[in-house]
This record gives sequence, C-alpha cells and structure tokens, in this order.
Amino acid sequence: MANTFEIVDLHCRIEEREILKGLNLVVRKGEVHALMGPNGSGKSTLANAIMGHPKYEVTAGQILMKGENILEMDPDERARKGLFLAFQYPCEVPGVRVGNFLRLACTARAGKEIDMMEFYDKLELKMKVLDMDEKFRNRYLNEGFSGGEKKRNEILQMMMLEPEFAVLDETDSGLDIDALKVVSRGVNELRGPDLGVLIITHYERILRYISPDFVHIMVDGKIVKSGGADLAAHLEEHGYDWIVKEAEATPVKS
Amino acid sequence: MSATTEPFVHGAYKEGFHDDLKTLRTSRKGASHEVIDYMCDVKGEPDWMRQFRHRSLDIFLTKELPPWLPGLRDEIAYDDITYYASPVEKSANRWEDVPEEIRRTYDKLGIAKEEQKMLGGLGAQIDSEMAYHNIQESLSKKGVVFLSCDEGLKQYPDIFKEHFAKSIPPEDNKFAALNSAFWSGGSFVYIPKGVKCDVPLSVYFRINAEQFGQFERTLIICEDDSFCHYVEGCSAPIYTTNSLHSAVVEIFVKERARCRYTTIQNWSTDVYNLVTKRAFVYKKGVMEWVDGNLGSGRTVKYPSCYMVGEGAHGEILSLASADKNMWQDAGGKLVFYAPNCTGRINSKSISGHGGRSSYRGLVQVSPEATNCRVQVNCDALILDEQSRSDTYPVMEIDGDLATVEHEASVSNVSDEQLFYLMSRGIRKEDAVSMIVNGFIEPIVKELPMEFAVEINRLINLQMEGSVG
Repeated sequence: MANTFEIVDLHCRIEEREILKGLNLVVRKGEVHALMGPNGSGKSTLANAIMGHPKYEVTAGQILMKGENILEMDPDERARKGLFLAFQYPCEVPGVRVGNFLRLACTARAGKEIDMMEFYDKLELKMKVLDMDEKFRNRYLNEGFSGGEKKRNEILQMMMLEPEFAVLDETDSGLDIDALKVVSRGVNELRGPDLGVLIITHYERILRYISPDFVHIMVDGKIVKSGGADLAAHLEEHGYDWIVKEAEATPVKS
Repeated sequence: MSATTEPFVHGAYKEGFHDDLKTLRTSRKGASHEVIDYMCDVKGEPDWMRQFRHRSLDIFLTKELPPWLPGLRDEIAYDDITYYASPVEKSANRWEDVPEEIRRTYDKLGIAKEEQKMLGGLGAQIDSEMAYHNIQESLSKKGVVFLSCDEGLKQYPDIFKEHFAKSIPPEDNKFAALNSAFWSGGSFVYIPKGVKCDVPLSVYFRINAEQFGQFERTLIICEDDSFCHYVEGCSAPIYTTNSLHSAVVEIFVKERARCRYTTIQNWSTDVYNLVTKRAFVYKKGVMEWVDGNLGSGRTVKYPSCYMVGEGAHGEILSLASADKNMWQDAGGKLVFYAPNCTGRINSKSISGHGGRSSYRGLVQVSPEATNCRVQVNCDALILDEQSRSDTYPVMEIDGDLATVEHEASVSNVSDEQLFYLMSRGIRKEDAVSMIVNGFIEPIVKELPMEFAVEINRLINLQMEGSVG
C-alpha cells in the first residue's frame, strides 16, 4: 500500500460530458508505465483529474496514493504529498522568475525552510543534465519559452521536487529528437525504486528512450489492453485501429 | 477557483494610528482669504507670494472641476477642513532637535534615524510643516540644496521665483489653484551644473490632524548635466472623517540632466489625494516618474513630462493598487513641444475587493514636435468580479513623423495559472500573491531595494483574504 498509486473505477466528466468511464490502474514505486491511446480517448483528462484540476469533476471512483484517497485534496496538497504532473501545455506566469518559483515550490514540498546553498547547487546540477543555460533561472516562468524549453522546464521541476509518483502528460509532443533525448535523460536519471512514473503519450517514440515496464492502451475512457514494452512496438506498426475495433467488439470486463 | 470574494478586513493598514500632538499653530477652518493672511504672517512671506496666494484662492473658488471628476464638488467638505496646522515651531536639521513626541511618531513609522545613512538627505513633514530636513555634508559642499520649500523661498528667493508656478500655474486646474493658495512645506531641491547626486533625497509626509488639508509644494531644479533621485512616502491615521492632500510638484530638468522622482503613496482611505505633478524637460534631458499608488480612498494624479527641448525623454512608470473603498485614478501625460523627443508610459493596475482603478493618459504631440516616438503600455489585473478597471487614453498627434504605440491589456488571475502553481505544492494564497507580484515586477524592479520590499509588503497585505 505504501508504495502504490492506485486508480480505482475512475469516472470523470468535464462540462457534463463523461470522459473517463471506469478506469483502473496501479503504479508501484520503481515502475514506469506508459499509457497510450488515440486522440480523444481521455488521456489528458486523466492527467488533470489525477492532479485535481477544478474543471474536471470526478463523479465516481477513487485515487489512492500510498493508500490515502487524494480526491478530496486540493492540487497543492497532492503535490506536497509527493505527486507531480508534467504539463502538456505549461502556462505562462509573467514576472515570476524560474529560480524563485522553484525555490518556493521546493520549500512547500519540503514543508520547511530549505538550505539556499544546497538548493542552488542542486539546481545548477540538474540544469546541466538538461543542457539548460544558467541564465534560464532568471527568465519569467514559461514566458516566451520555446516548446522544447517548456518541456525541459517541466522535467527540471520534477527533478527538483523529487516526487514519489509522476505523471508525464505528452511530454514528447512537439519535441525534436535532440530535445526528446535530453528530456528522457532527465527522467531516466530520476528513475529508481523511490519513483513511480506514468507516461501519457500518443506515440511510441519516447518509449525508445524511456523503456516502460508496462504499457496500457486507453480507448474511450477506459484501459482496454495492458501488456509489456512490446505492446507499444506493436501499436507503432499497426496503429490504433485494430485495438479500437477489438474494444468495440468485446467490452472489457472490469 | 477564481481569486475572489471574502470581505476584506481593514486591519492591515498599520500606519492608521494617530498621536495626540499639541498643535502650536492652527488656522480657522475653511478656505478663506483670512487664512491666507494668517499663513503669510506666520511664515513672514514677501508680498508677491501673499498676492499670488490670494489670486490663487480666487481662481480656486471660481474654477470648474475637470469634467471627469464631477463628484468631487460635493464629496469633499471644503468648509470643514483646516488648511493650516503646525505641531512644530521650526524645521530642525538635527534629529535630536525634533520634538520628542513627533520623533516617536516617526519611530513608529520606521523612519528611524538610521535610514539617513542610506540617503543623501531626509525630510519629514507633519501636517503643514517640515519637522526635519537634513542633507549630507558631502552633498551640500557640492552646492546641492535640499530644504523645505518655505526655506527655499527665504534663502534662494531669485532661483525660487524664477521657477515657482512656471510649469504649473494656479490656472492649471482647481486643485493646483487650491495648493497655490495654501501651500506649506514640501521640498526645495537645487542640483548645480554637473553635480550627480547618487544617493536618493527622501521625504516622508505624514498627516496627523483630523479633517485636515495638506498642501505641500515641491520645486526641483536640476541644472545642466546633473542628476538626482527624489523619493517620497506618506501615510495618515484612520479617522471617520476625510482629509485632503493636494500637492503640487514642479520639476525643471535642464539640458542633459536626469531626474527620477519616486512616490510610494500609502495614505489611509480617509484621504483624498489630488495631486498635480509636472516636469519640464529641456534639451536631451531625461525625466522619470515612478509613481506607486497603494493607498488613499480617491487618487487623482497624472504625473506629466513636457518635452520642451530637442531630444528630451520622458518616462512614467505608474503602479496602482485599488483595494476596498479605493478608486485609483492614475496615469500620466506626455506632451511634446520639441522635435526628436521620446516618451514612454508603462502603467500597471490591480483592483481587488471591489476597488476601482482607472488609467487616464494623455499623449500630445504639437506641430513643431516632429519625429517623436511614444510608447504607451497599460495593463490591468482584476482580482474579482466586484472590482473594476477602466482605461481612458487620449492621443492628440499633430507633429509629423510621430510614432505612437499603444498597448493595453486586462487580465485576471487565471484558473490555469493558479492550478499550475498549486500543482507544485504552492498554497493558493501564495500562488495568487506570486501572480500579482509577477504582474507588477517590471515596475518594482525599477525601485530602490527598500522601496521594492515595501511595495511588495503593502501589496501582499492587500492580497490577504483575496482568495475564496
């Protein structure tokens, strides 16, 4: 229990439309799961529901982090308990410098004052891993960032905050191959027995650099197929059509 | 999750206390010629000033209010206001010579003696008179003059008369006329040719009396190639009645000189703050207004730069925060009378708890002012549905080849921004505060460190309880 992130029969809707229709998933620390699916299957809704976006209304089910239901918690409390979401479209916060923002976030995560020297040393180190110029920390958060810079910045935050469970929402989208390698390097560095990861992606491409332990396929708000890394390769070759048809023909048992 | 709606408890205004100071001199209530004669006698002023005051009062009594301020005719009880009151005998230039009870007031406000060490000069006005005025010896040796305006008139009558009311005559507007009639206190600053006054000259204005009118008058003259930075702060007690603060500030920035004037206005909401500020900028001179309005129930203030010499530059950074029971009507004016000049207005306003902020700006380019460039940015942040923000920009462009850019934006603290920051563990109230402080950062970073800290403190106080 203490090492699991468990989604049980999750139903979620946005603006009266049900998007998640009974989703089940268990991620243990030390594991990397990939969640794949065609456009509109509900992948990003899942990411937002996990983090607690107020526009996403969970109508049934549970999300248990280390055995504790987090659905009643505000996003900040979830984060302080060790949950992280790398955003698909991180928003701009003008006038707030990356360095200051990270310092406040790390202080919140730690629940106490943090040592400034240690913080800046760590920041410098992590920025090197991600090939980021040190000037970056004085820039305003996501303002004028290229797509690649935004994604790197998300991974930087993850490395600084050291979550126990992390959801990466289409972190690979819009990245060229070099940026994808850098971002993957960051994730792989953090990967280990203390972290469970859920990578949400449309393409198999990122999974060449971060090899998953499990792959799940989501169609119409539910996971319809689960398997190992080979499932992703199969998808890349055959597309989503076969699995959508299969799902329509045989409703999945829950 | 929008940033709204809890009633604001006005316990945060820590400057709202009042002290029982013994008033040594006080005039009768009401704006009358009799009060003017009383003041002139007390101050021992020359006849020309007495005549000027009387003439100004006549202008005040007959002049119409600006068309956008009709409410101020009835809202302000002009007859119940005391136009002159002084708790001090004379302005001291040693802190020890300031009466102890007044020193205690300033101690409570944090205008401790130590602060002088950071400054080129420090002045402190209470009600109508300057209780303290002092300048570093190194600056006075270079010929820098930093006195109360009254002392300026006495000690430097020629320079004073040459500039006084030349950029803002009493006819300019009703409140300039009122100030011209009853002015008292304020600063007289003279920076000689080529002298760079690197450390700020600072003045703190305090209203202590009730139903009182403070009319300080400041005159700053920067001769060719000089520099100075003047900073002012202010506060007042919270009473149940209203007071009036109506200052006039005139600045002359001569050739290639540069002047920066920074204001952190933090009057209590009892105070009507109706101020006229204007700078004449000569050839290649640079004038910068940094105008922070965080208090006062009603502010009407548009610092202005008149570019009168070729290649002059005028800059106005305006920051307004309108909390509950406040209307910040702020902005700026750039007026071009000479060719090849440039100007910029950058205005940021925040409205919360039902507060209202207006940007009112004028850009005027006269026919002889060819090839001028102007940039105006005004951004408003509205924190809840009870609050309001308006923009009233006026452009009158007659000069050829003028380049004028105007950009305006209105934004809210967005759900997406809040969610993003909160998803990193940051509490909602801290997230709102981050977003608001980020919004004003481009202006705050222009301020001296201690003022930036003070602005952030005041804004954060106003943010308290602004999240549902």
